[in-house]
Amino acid sequence: MSASIRKVIELLAGDAQADKAVPPTGYTATLTLFSAGAMAFLAVFALALSLATGRLADRWGDELARSSTLRISAPSDQMTAQTEAALNVLATTKGVASARALDDDEQRALLEPWFGPDLPIEALPIPQLIEVIEDDEGFDPAGLRLRLAAEVPGAVLDDHTRWRRPLIRAAERLRLLGWVSLGLIMATTAAMITLAANSALAANTQVISVLRLVGARDVYIARAFVRRFTLRALGGATVGVILGSAAILLLPSADTGGGFLTGLGFRGLHWLWPLVIPPLAAIVAFIATRAAARRTLKDMT
Amino acid sequence: MIELENVAYGYGGGELLSDVSLNLHAGSFHFLIGPSGAGKTTLLKLCYGALLPTSGTVTLFDRNVRDLERDDIAMTRRRVGVVHQDCQFLDHLSVSDNISLPLMVSGRDLQAEAANLKELTSWVGLTERAGALPPELSGGERQRAALARAIIMSPDVILADEPTGNVDWEMSQRLLRLLLELNRMGKTIMIATHDLALVRAAKSQVQSRVLRISGGRLQSAGADL
Repeated sequence: MSASIRKVIELLAGDAQADKAVPPTGYTATLTLFSAGAMAFLAVFALALSLATGRLADRWGDELARSSTLRISAPSDQMTAQTEAALNVLATTKGVASARALDDDEQRALLEPWFGPDLPIEALPIPQLIEVIEDDEGFDPAGLRLRLAAEVPGAVLDDHTRWRRPLIRAAERLRLLGWVSLGLIMATTAAMITLAANSALAANTQVISVLRLVGARDVYIARAFVRRFTLRALGGATVGVILGSAAILLLPSADTGGGFLTGLGFRGLHWLWPLVIPPLAAIVAFIATRAAARRTLKDMT
Repeated sequence: MIELENVAYGYGGGELLSDVSLNLHAGSFHFLIGPSGAGKTTLLKLCYGALLPTSGTVTLFDRNVRDLERDDIAMTRRRVGVVHQDCQFLDHLSVSDNISLPLMVSGRDLQAEAANLKELTSWVGLTERAGALPPELSGGERQRAALARAIIMSPDVILADEPTGNVDWEMSQRLLRLLLELNRMGKTIMIATHDLALVRAAKSQVQSRVLRISGGRLQSAGADL
């Protein structure tokens, strides 16, 4: 067993005698528990935001990057001929895996959010849409546009690049924002625990002085405080994560009409991510309290 | 064991002690006398590394105190039992726990030391008060508890700062007897006091050296006592 693991186990197991020597500090205990719990609760949401936006960016990136749309605007008597011509062009274009014209029901479904159901699509001069799926290599959009201009004058190729890029960029920024929020939450947790630890150390100056008088090493004194604050942060963060996860669980579930917000949450193995928060809070508390204790004990003559 | 050589100590621009030389040999018994504010407590603190001299050399167990890290000082404290005038207890712990505090901080097994603790508590006459909290003790009981705490690690040196300052004559005699008994066991003792009657009482029972602090300097006393 490595020395560091042994140290962690010793820290968690504690030293009943050292705990006895340092008296419990009432309000700093409550403050640490509450702040660790509240920060863990917020961290669950920041994590959910990061993961949800990550999923969104990946989906937009992966799915839309390999599909394009060909729109054919032509007089109704030429629509069928131009559609067939376009499909023939696509069938002979290198890099196109498949191409198919959307039927009336599919086109109606696409327009439904704006015009409602039962749209008389046959009676409207709506362009014909062709879904184009690329193979792994992809096609040359400029070359395809030139061929279509020559053979299907009413066809316009939209490879989604124009609107996909800003959406992916927005999703990636949101994901970054989520991670920055997590970082800020950790830093705030560290700051609050440092304040609480400093307060506890200041309140126990006399105890520290007596312990030193009888031969206690500073590491012994520091350990009593560090262990106490680490365990409080662990406990508070565990409660915060349970409450945060329950709140995420109770959010409305994603449906087909749902947008980004209803997709905020964890999917599958992502539910394991919140389990990282309590140990992380404990590590932050350990580092913050140890630094505060060392600084205070060094300054204390 | 503890040696001070041309030591000076001052703060705030003034010099409280100057040119102090002192050697605490094994098994010796010293009294340190002088009026309040003369620097007795400061000299004791220099003797256990709680203060560093502004000049001169303090040697604790063959090591210059300036070369000692904080952990080394802590280890040195386990060889020097200190009895403070105000005792310095942890008020949330019982008398028994306070006495065993040096064992706790040095990682000793308290179960294994239980018999030793019981015997020591009985020796200082606090068996009945072992479960009490320090604020519940009388002045004499506090001093005896502080003495018990100072010697539970069986230190080589015992430094007592006004151990009889808050107790009546009978109790001061009882404390003196305990300290004399420790000296007979081979412990080095230094008692800082302004109680000359205590010094006179001790001189008939032990070969002691009396040192007086006056004007920041240390000098031998005795003939005038």
